[in-house]
Amino acid sequence: MSPAVILLLVWMLVPLGMTLYFSFLRYNLLMPGMEEWTGFFNYRYFLTDPAFGEALTNTLLLVGGVLLISVGGGLFLALLLDQPFFGQSIVRLLVVAPFFVMPTVSALVWKNMLMHPVNGLFAWIARTFGLQPIDWLASAPLLSIIFIVAWGWLPFATLILLTALQSLDEEQREAAEMDGAGVFSRLIYIVIPHLARAITVVILIETIFLLSVFAEILVTTSGGPGNASTNITYLIYTQALLQFDVGGASAGGIIAVILANIVAIFLIRMIGKNLEA
Amino acid sequence: MGSISLKNVKKEFSGHAVIPNLDLEIGDGEFVVFVGPSGCGKSTLLRLIAGLEDVSGGTISIDGVDVTGEAPAKRGLSMVFQSYALYPHMSVRGNIAFPLKMAGMDKETIKRKVEDAAQVLNLTDYLDRKPRQLSGGQRQRVAIGRAIVREPKAFLFDEPLSNLDAALRVNMRLEISELHQQLRTTMIYVTHDQVEAMTMADRIVVLNGGRIEQVGSPLELYRNPANLFVAGFIGSPRMNLIDGAPAKEHGAATVGIRPEHINLSPDSGEWKGTVGIAEHLGSDTFIYIRAEGIGQLTARANGEIGLKHGDTIYLTPDAGKLHRFSEEGAAL
Amino acid sequence: MARAVSTKQKLVYTVIGWTVGLLIFFPILWTILTSFKTEGEAIASPPSFVLFDWTLENYAEVQVRSDYFKHVMNSIIISFGSTFIGLLIAIPAAWAMAFSPTKRTKDILMWMLSTKMLPPVGVLVPIYLIYRDGGLLDTQIGLIIVLTMINLPIIVWMLFTYFKDIPSDILEAARMDGASLRKEIIHVLIPMAIPGIASTLLLNVILAWNEAFWTLNLTAADAAPLTAFIASYSSPEGLFWAKLSAASTLAIAPILVLGWFSQKQLVRGLTFGAVK
Repeated sequence: MSPAVILLLVWMLVPLGMTLYFSFLRYNLLMPGMEEWTGFFNYRYFLTDPAFGEALTNTLLLVGGVLLISVGGGLFLALLLDQPFFGQSIVRLLVVAPFFVMPTVSALVWKNMLMHPVNGLFAWIARTFGLQPIDWLASAPLLSIIFIVAWGWLPFATLILLTALQSLDEEQREAAEMDGAGVFSRLIYIVIPHLARAITVVILIETIFLLSVFAEILVTTSGGPGNASTNITYLIYTQALLQFDVGGASAGGIIAVILANIVAIFLIRMIGKNLEA
Repeated sequence: MGSISLKNVKKEFSGHAVIPNLDLEIGDGEFVVFVGPSGCGKSTLLRLIAGLEDVSGGTISIDGVDVTGEAPAKRGLSMVFQSYALYPHMSVRGNIAFPLKMAGMDKETIKRKVEDAAQVLNLTDYLDRKPRQLSGGQRQRVAIGRAIVREPKAFLFDEPLSNLDAALRVNMRLEISELHQQLRTTMIYVTHDQVEAMTMADRIVVLNGGRIEQVGSPLELYRNPANLFVAGFIGSPRMNLIDGAPAKEHGAATVGIRPEHINLSPDSGEWKGTVGIAEHLGSDTFIYIRAEGIGQLTARANGEIGLKHGDTIYLTPDAGKLHRFSEEGAAL
Repeated sequence: MARAVSTKQKLVYTVIGWTVGLLIFFPILWTILTSFKTEGEAIASPPSFVLFDWTLENYAEVQVRSDYFKHVMNSIIISFGSTFIGLLIAIPAAWAMAFSPTKRTKDILMWMLSTKMLPPVGVLVPIYLIYRDGGLLDTQIGLIIVLTMINLPIIVWMLFTYFKDIPSDILEAARMDGASLRKEIIHVLIPMAIPGIASTLLLNVILAWNEAFWTLNLTAADAAPLTAFIASYSSPEGLFWAKLSAASTLAIAPILVLGWFSQKQLVRGLTFGAVK
């Protein structure tokens, strides 16, 4: 057993064990010394809280929306960047750039300079065309956040799909061409199946990260209005650090772990298979 | 000096015996080739001698000294790998100098020795290049250079030519043989190619399933294969092996006759057949014949011969060159 | 083999490619432009794209008003610190797994990967409480510990895939050439592993630099790195777009440049070797 393994094991088991333990306690930081065993009360409370249902829906919409945009757009961009054109390598740099922008910066830039209902660039564009500017974050908070997050993950999907695309055997493409397959047939029968694996990997990995989107919500809407843009992660954060309800937040944390594990099982199988190859 | 002796050597990988029990003596200055089909244990045997694998039992001694438990570096052997295993981050000079640097030699001596080796191997102009800038043959020579500067007790070659193209392979074969003539150092050479074995070896060790099938000079193996396996493995094209009634006539379970020991005649002979394909190589012609009651036979004729598909032909084995094998496959 | 493409076709792709590329890059470009405007011009409508009075005053202001340099140092210390410690712990582990794998190696690797799947919010409460009681809240060392641990699986994995690509023949050749284990490591292994270690370092600095869950939750003023510092601009009184842009440009510029250099490694690292 190497130190790395032991450290990780401690790092994982101790806090996780504590979360599990807290989740069965009535434990609020504002009422120290009042801790008592409550069984599954916290779970019942958390799961029946209407905010939970809303947060779960938002989480799924957020993950699904971002996946749709980033994988669809990523596929398009990868195919585009695989074509020879002038300044291709520069465009490639432009396209991958958003991935390296820290979440708080991208959230603020989008919130203020692009989506602001009065001074934002989108508002100006809308007015130029004689339209009523939209207060994006107030009227469509979740959709706005989906755009902001998708902008950051689009490069990731692009980059991975492009890498996979470039590993496609050119002779296979040529053989298909000799066999009389046109551009679209080649795309459907050769290219997409070749990318299937990479697409799966992108979906799984993005899902893992997207389940935990936090900074973008904190900085733009703080989960509001109401709970309109609160996801599970953010809900637990408010429970823990704003309402100081350790027990409730812990129960939520365990639920989040279970949700993430469902995805993780698929991902790990997939990567494990690759390890044998 | 470089005599190597293996006694009762065993090697198991997770319970599976790759080499059940093996004895072998290699004399000083000998060029010994280990040959056999893939998976026969020849590379494992070489790695055991090198010390890159530990034996599961038995002893290995070099010049009478037991080195069974010694680290590879302490055995005084050099090895040339199939992949050449050149250090990609070092120049040719750095690669060849590396073993000398490890031995703690002074800079002047290293420089002189590296340049001598480069001279011998025609690498002088490439000394400051990186391995990736070299062709396959040049890389091969660098690997050999790295092996010879140490002046080892013996050289170990692990299928060193298998990554080269056919023409280059013949050249390198000659170069290695010449090197052996010059240095007179013991060489152990592993290959699956029986042509390499036949052309280079003083002595061939034929391995199969971790066991030695036969040890002998190339011509001994060619003339007197000890069993069916060796008979079928050594010689190209392969020896014709015939069993059943035609073999019974010669008092054996199986008889073997090499293609070059079959006399062909258009009108009479022991076996009758029909010509299938004739391969005209110019100096030789290989004729594939369907013989009645026997099956497919290969015959070799000198020079150009005017046979074509479908011709009827009679074959007679050269009686003195007929090999007879028992039911168990041993030579009679 | 690249085939001949007609110039017309190439031009069409050039136009599409640049349009899409600039659209995607636009928010970054806009941030950079705004950082050179005055606050008045920054919120002006219609917006000015290039024809404005270029000024550097925002960059000076950012430092004067908010001790910007302190947060930059925090980001540097935290991201490099956690990466270096992570490498120190991970190199022996990855080494052992790549060169003398046992039956359990694969299981351990998979398990390490699975820890990465643990949502941070699942351990937020206990970590927060431990940090509060241990005086680690809002400290550089506290953040270094968290980021080291959350990136450790990626570091081990990346190093493992790089180490595994080093042919064992070469190490054996070094052994045959008389190198001791120490010399084998110094003269052969490290020079061959350095590109992989460097890539791993690069990717993890980027990941740590941009990490915005723990940095937001575990810091206040003292140890806040740029992620947390920028977040403070979200409050209404922080609505100084030009200054925000200057601060943002400085925060993303270095990592953007590093990121451009590490595109390939990024694919390998973030897909755990599943796509190379």
